[in-house]
Amino acid sequence: MRPNINVKNRVAVVGAGLTLFRRRLMETPQELSWIAARQALDQAGLDFNDIDCVVSGSAPDAFDGVHMKGEYYVEGVANGKPHVRVFVGGGTGVFVPVAAWWHVASGLCRKVLVLAEEKMSSASRPHPQAVFKHIWDPLVEKPLNPNLIWIFAMEMHRYMYRCGVRKEDIALVSVKNKRNALDHPSAQAAAKITVDDVLNSEMLVYPVNRLDVSPVSDGAGAMVMVSEEWANRLTDNPIWVEGVGFNLDSTNWTNRDLGYPVYLKRAAEMAYRLAGIENPMKEIDVAEPYDPFDYKELHHMEGLGLCPPCKAAEVTKEGLTQRDGDLPTSPSGGLLGVGNPIAAAGIMKAIEIFWQLRGEAGARQVKKDVVTGLAQAWGDLMQVGTVVVMRR
Amino acid sequence: MTDFKVTPLSEDSFRNAIRESTSPRAVYDMAPGEAYTKFFEGLREGKILGTKCPSCGLVHVPPKVYCQYCYLPLTQWVEVKDEGFVETAVVVYIAAERERLEKPEVVGVIRLEGSGDRYRYPGLMHRICTEPEEVKSSRIMGAKVKARWATERKGSINDIECFEVVSWK
Repeated sequence: MRPNINVKNRVAVVGAGLTLFRRRLMETPQELSWIAARQALDQAGLDFNDIDCVVSGSAPDAFDGVHMKGEYYVEGVANGKPHVRVFVGGGTGVFVPVAAWWHVASGLCRKVLVLAEEKMSSASRPHPQAVFKHIWDPLVEKPLNPNLIWIFAMEMHRYMYRCGVRKEDIALVSVKNKRNALDHPSAQAAAKITVDDVLNSEMLVYPVNRLDVSPVSDGAGAMVMVSEEWANRLTDNPIWVEGVGFNLDSTNWTNRDLGYPVYLKRAAEMAYRLAGIENPMKEIDVAEPYDPFDYKELHHMEGLGLCPPCKAAEVTKEGLTQRDGDLPTSPSGGLLGVGNPIAAAGIMKAIEIFWQLRGEAGARQVKKDVVTGLAQAWGDLMQVGTVVVMRR
Repeated sequence: MTDFKVTPLSEDSFRNAIRESTSPRAVYDMAPGEAYTKFFEGLREGKILGTKCPSCGLVHVPPKVYCQYCYLPLTQWVEVKDEGFVETAVVVYIAAERERLEKPEVVGVIRLEGSGDRYRYPGLMHRICTEPEEVKSSRIMGAKVKARWATERKGSINDIECFEVVSWK
């Protein structure tokens, strides 16, 4: 491990907060943002007045039904401060701490509130999934009347075919993550289920069944990220953000092999270079790979270099990714178990790594001693990868 | 300790709690752009047209006026065979608004012949006229398929009805 010399200020996480994730919450996006932000500030021992800058993220405006929703939901938490909202589809939740990192690392801001909010229940009729109709190419794809799940099913089947992985191997991820979520206080979809439950659940788009997929959710999450000087002043237990990575592949997803996530390999390489990680298989102690679908956890473990290509299902079957295993993945319960309020779900994964490295994950704490952890998200038309690497 | 609780709503209590319903009424009329104008003209004539990169040789289908891999302008148009191989395929039971379909359809990505490497290739998402069982057994993967053209064509991706299997792998 070599120290990172490419930045002006080291950046630490000193507090985090997360609301309940539920299919429908009564609170408005503004109230959810306010509540999550206050939780994070509380843990950091700071007040809104202490915050220099706010970095937030949320998925398409069409969910909340408010255009310019960034300016709308931060009303209670960013007034009078520099604020920027970032948006890279499903990758947003991890891109928010990435963007907050460069605010602090550059020396521009010292104490940053990092916020992600999503209220999908507002896009109520006919179904929140209908919003995704408008992310396809309007001219050559939309006329086929696609549902977003089609594209993931196509990727999943390609992955299964290329790697010789069976549906029942993939279902183990859903079983693991939903069970892990039983210990998460925010969880919406925690459950004790079996592989057969997954295989027998409603068929949406073969090979994707209902229990292969994370649910529709409302929720918000927040972190406080500060410079080294402030981290040392505020806590004895800062968690350093040591690597960030982000990368974009083509929207032209019908022109590339879907079996391996190249966009993620590139994003991970960027983060590892910054963090001085040469062998992620050995150096990453705990990971939160993005799991909106169960196959995606496997696909992403491979893209992140946490195991060789096509080997993630085997590693999962051997139990290595359980909380007491050598490579615990999604100890939070992931999107499959905790829920998927899009941007908030991504930040939930970064927050879980923060709590794991602090030893504050309670019943979810992984068995092994953890020094280095990683959170990752993915989005747009299967094309963007976002990664943060944190160290104790 | 401050109370940070939020309030879950069941579907029924959500219905009762709704205070405002809005339905945006925007209708989007999309201009086709330079590359797709020619592409759609080609489809009307029963041809699949692409643009070829002078540097990497990749034929772009759907066509682009730039090569996103080499950052070069593309001006050379080529006709691509209306045949290819099934890169991936799925059985869809739901459509755009999560409505369940009466009869499931097979949809997939067709890797068209003409250029490409292991990772990149000219390709289209389209319907595949085959039985769901051929997808579930993965027999469809890698099968050779050919476009079935609509008799009345108007310059749209739907001028191709579907791709039909010519031979199994």
